[in-house]
Amino acid sequence: MATIYPRRKALNGLMMGLCIAAAAIGLAWLALILGALIYKGLAGVNLAVFTEMTPPPGAAGGLLNAIFGSVVVTIIAVIIGTPIGILAGTYMAEYGRFSKLTVVVRFINDILLSAPSIIIGLFIYELIVRPMGHFSGIAGSVALAMLVIPVVVRTTEDMLNLVPNALREAGTAIGAPRWIVIRSVGYRAALSGIVTGILLAIARISGETAPLLFTALNNQFWSSNLNAPIASLPVTIFQFALSPYQEWQQLAWTGALIITLTVLTLSIVARSLTGRKEG
Amino acid sequence: MTLAIAERVESRRDKVVRHFALTDTIFHWACRSAAVLVLIILGGVFFSLVSGSWAALSKFGPAFLTTDRWSPVTQTFGALAPIYGTLITSGIAILIAVPVGIGIAVFLTELCPRPLRRPIAIAVELLAGIPSIIYGIWGLFVFAPFLQATLQPFLIEVFANVPVLNNVFAGPPYGIGILTSSLILAIMILPFIASITKDVFDTVPGVLKESAYGIGCTTWEVVRRIVIPHTRVGIMGGVMLALGRALGETMAVTFVIGNSHRLSASIIAPGTTISATIANEFTEADADIYVSSLMSLGLILFFITFIILAVARYMLLRMSRQAGA
Repeated sequence: MATIYPRRKALNGLMMGLCIAAAAIGLAWLALILGALIYKGLAGVNLAVFTEMTPPPGAAGGLLNAIFGSVVVTIIAVIIGTPIGILAGTYMAEYGRFSKLTVVVRFINDILLSAPSIIIGLFIYELIVRPMGHFSGIAGSVALAMLVIPVVVRTTEDMLNLVPNALREAGTAIGAPRWIVIRSVGYRAALSGIVTGILLAIARISGETAPLLFTALNNQFWSSNLNAPIASLPVTIFQFALSPYQEWQQLAWTGALIITLTVLTLSIVARSLTGRKEG
Repeated sequence: MTLAIAERVESRRDKVVRHFALTDTIFHWACRSAAVLVLIILGGVFFSLVSGSWAALSKFGPAFLTTDRWSPVTQTFGALAPIYGTLITSGIAILIAVPVGIGIAVFLTELCPRPLRRPIAIAVELLAGIPSIIYGIWGLFVFAPFLQATLQPFLIEVFANVPVLNNVFAGPPYGIGILTSSLILAIMILPFIASITKDVFDTVPGVLKESAYGIGCTTWEVVRRIVIPHTRVGIMGGVMLALGRALGETMAVTFVIGNSHRLSASIIAPGTTISATIANEFTEADADIYVSSLMSLGLILFFITFIILAVARYMLLRMSRQAGA
């Protein structure tokens, strides 16, 4: 009896120590990555990054066309993906709340949510790039839209499910048809949540590289033609980082910093939108 | 007079109601089609991968899975090396990330001072959203040279005279390779595992923990006997989800794996994974059979991750039902 207490205490001390160590090491490690990113990325931040095109090997330049391409491809992906996502989420939360279809769609959607993005790239390659015969910005956008849809479906459904039924009943009681109730009651009440979902989706796709590799490809020059290969920040980073040229590697770090800050900002804004409601 | 007005109102109302009924039906069907579209996307992914990989699979047959020859020159392809690389990198990553992730979750739910809890939890969640290419570029420029100078020579030297292990840790320290990729993957999925585990730990009813503390259990005993058994299914689900992510992870691995199709017993040696092979070689693939072989790799990855993710979702679903009940 007397010996068991110290042993239990020691074991507890050991395990808790390990837990604290795990937390410290894990967080320090991640801080290390962010630190390196900021240190190496900031070194290359100057006006040229935002005003000049990607340079040929060995020359100085910027990332303007890559940033522009990323923004264009992302915006189109959101324009394609968001309505589909919202409508599907609406079906699951409003019309088909108790139907079998909803259960199946929810399950499949959850799988799509974490499916490897490179497979989405292959899918769009087969679907769009191969029939068209060439890489194109629009194919990249569609590929990213495939990643937007599951995120938006999920948040839309969750948020609409939080809207109290009494609100809907009140709308229905004054004679409004279902879709007007959804539009003026459901969407209005769930607006901040749905916007959060869209922001999270943008955060997710703005760093995606794999699905763009063989859909939008890359372009060293300024191009706004969606029917042709278009530059994007992640693919440019990929290409530049693996090159032997000092200038390119520096641009890759700077690009990585830009992406990280964008993603973190988007996630924080998204979080504060829903956080306000909870708190 | 009044009758005429009543009639006009009646017909007006009919029109409005018909209009409402029509728009409602349209909206209903729009929503329904969008929901069905989600199913079609997954079906489309499957069918496009099957049709894309048909040429290679029918040419090489089941041998595709068991040979490690990958030669674009002679146009013979076998998927063994990428499959092996995918499984081993994800396996090592999970082995490292799961204990550390659970440790972080225990720290956050049991040990951390209250005011720090939310900020740290939020930081962990934010880190889970950082794109994988960031981990890749860090791995290539910072982590790989670091490992090349420190850990790898150390491992090679320490195990040089130990049988079996000297094969596992053999060869010149390149910096890049299977071990480096595994470590990067582990770091990448760590926030993911930690935040899911923390969420399921939070579902343990306070009363259960309090009664254990009440009879004199230590914190470790509460975690070991109450919290973990209660959330076992949820933790497993989270781990599977993280595994699915690690298996399909492309960019973080592509930077540091070395893209070598040679099978090697050494985990320090360069290797390749399914996703890294596709990312590296797809745009360079000139022959149809080459493209088709890469598609087959995609199909294999799709199968593996689909099964893992389905199991993970099923487990998490069971967990949330249990928590709801």
